[in-house]
Amino acid sequence: MSIEVDHISYTYMAHTSLENKALEDVSFRVDKGEFVALIGHTGSGKSTLAEHLNGLLHPDEGCVRVDGVDLKGKDRAAKEARGKVGMVFQYPEHQLFAETIYEDIAFGPRNQGKSPEEVDAAVRSAMAFVDLDYDVFASRSPFQLSGGQMRRVAIAGVVAMEPDYLIMDEPSAGLDPVSRDNIFSQLMKIFHKRQMGVILITHSMEEAAQYADRLLVMSGGKLHLDGPARDIFTHDRETLEKLSMDVPESVKLADELRQQGLSLKGTPLTEAELIRAIERAKGWKAC
Amino acid sequence: MLTEITLGQYYPGESVVHHLDPRTKILGVLFYMVMVFLANSPLSYGLLIAFLIAATALAKLPPGLLLKSIKPLWIIILLTLVLHFFTDPGEVLWHWKVFTITKEGIIMGIKMSLRLVLLLLVSSLMTFTTSPIVLTDGIESLLRPFKRVGVPAHELAMMMTIALRFIPTLLEETDRIMKAQMSRGADFSSGNIVQRAKNLLPILIPLFISSFRRADELALAMEARCYHGGEGRTRMHELVYQKRDGAAAFILVLLFAVLVFLRWGMPA
Ligand SMILES: Nc1ncnc2c1ncn2[C@@H]1O[C@H](COP(=O)(O)OP(=O)(O)OP(=O)(O)O)[C@@H](O)[C@H]1O
Ligand SMILES: [Mg+2]
Repeated sequence: MSIEVDHISYTYMAHTSLENKALEDVSFRVDKGEFVALIGHTGSGKSTLAEHLNGLLHPDEGCVRVDGVDLKGKDRAAKEARGKVGMVFQYPEHQLFAETIYEDIAFGPRNQGKSPEEVDAAVRSAMAFVDLDYDVFASRSPFQLSGGQMRRVAIAGVVAMEPDYLIMDEPSAGLDPVSRDNIFSQLMKIFHKRQMGVILITHSMEEAAQYADRLLVMSGGKLHLDGPARDIFTHDRETLEKLSMDVPESVKLADELRQQGLSLKGTPLTEAELIRAIERAKGWKAC
Repeated sequence: MLTEITLGQYYPGESVVHHLDPRTKILGVLFYMVMVFLANSPLSYGLLIAFLIAATALAKLPPGLLLKSIKPLWIIILLTLVLHFFTDPGEVLWHWKVFTITKEGIIMGIKMSLRLVLLLLVSSLMTFTTSPIVLTDGIESLLRPFKRVGVPAHELAMMMTIALRFIPTLLEETDRIMKAQMSRGADFSSGNIVQRAKNLLPILIPLFISSFRRADELALAMEARCYHGGEGRTRMHELVYQKRDGAAAFILVLLFAVLVFLRWGMPA
């Protein structure tokens, strides 16, 4: 059970003067139950890659398979496979359209042909997922919400389809820290509960380090690194720098402390890990 | 997808034709159109075609690109041809039941469709070699004298510029929203007409909302940068006629003189 990306290439506006090679020979696989972060600087092809993973774009070369089914096909199986991959676009709040929040979230499940009861249940649990109170918000217009609330409605619209794989394109961009944490803690909860495959596209190394087990690093349409987050932030720092990317703040702080003479061990990927490492180095007892 | 539609069909380049002043090109195209209607002999049409071929070669456009611009109108051209073939009175060449083809009909049909093709080609030549923004600059500059009689030259040009600027953005946005709704299982290609129109709502509503938002933001941004209409506004790129504009004008006037001579000056 996995998404397999097999040597795909994609060119925007092929055969015109504006030709733009956005993906070049990209291969990797993401299994169900895996949490992967896709990072890369602006214009490196992350969103283009994401659109290949649920069949919105088809590669010029190579193929994308979901649970073994090539997404390129026109048959039922291919359609079903595409439906297994949920996609939260960059700035998803720009795609809201319905009169009420309920209707907007129900759009996806209804298109899947679920019964009204199933739709209702899906909407309720999706709203709980993004922390929107059903009784307060269900009948409100999505256009009376703040940007962050709209974002949550849009995310709920995708979660309500109960996808096996979830791709999120910078879901936290422009959100306040509290909503961001909320979304991620809920995401981790259903990730563990449903054992989905999650691909998180992000510009925040902290987010990538904190939530993902594995990193995919892109630059110029190519996949440069693919491996456990800790390995990459430990051993591939030069490559990251060359691709104009950074390491998490906690890793940088650990470096500073080491230069100051503190003998810290390992690569602390999160604040909590850094605190523990300092405590250990200083011989303090954790309380 | 949608974003691959070429717009304004500008074909970037560095040729003499590209660098001509937009005003020269606009007036030149109008002038050429007059000449197309002036021409009445095979020789004068030949000259007009030769001029067009020479200009296309000077512009270094790939062969065939210009011809593609005929495509959207080929039905009309064909219709012109056929209608003239069958309806014009004159010396009958061929007759079958109610259908008759006359010699005059054939000549007229070819002449009319040739005129259409020439008009189409010369205006395409202009849009291929002039970026839309430069073109609006030229139009604004040409319309300026008419301000006194109430033509809002600057406003018209500004509106055109903004529209041109935002067409690609809107197409991109449409593309994105379509993809987003498709990934939520939206279906745009099945059902009857009413159903299909309804299926478009998830695209149209977000598109309208974002257009209004954009318009709002743009107005605000323009005001924040002290935009207050065309009065007393200077520009970064002033349009200045160059020598090559003079040369182009000279060639056109020469062509005009020859055509006039061919039409009226030839001894009968
Ligand atoms: N619809 C399109 N038409 C033409 N070129 C495009 C289109 N979308 C993206 N591109 C180009 O493809 C390349 C990759 O774009 P993509 O959107 O995948 O980048 P990204 O990694 O998602 O960037 P960001 O972090 O800014 O979202 C860029 O060079 C971009 O200009
Ligand atoms: Mg992107």
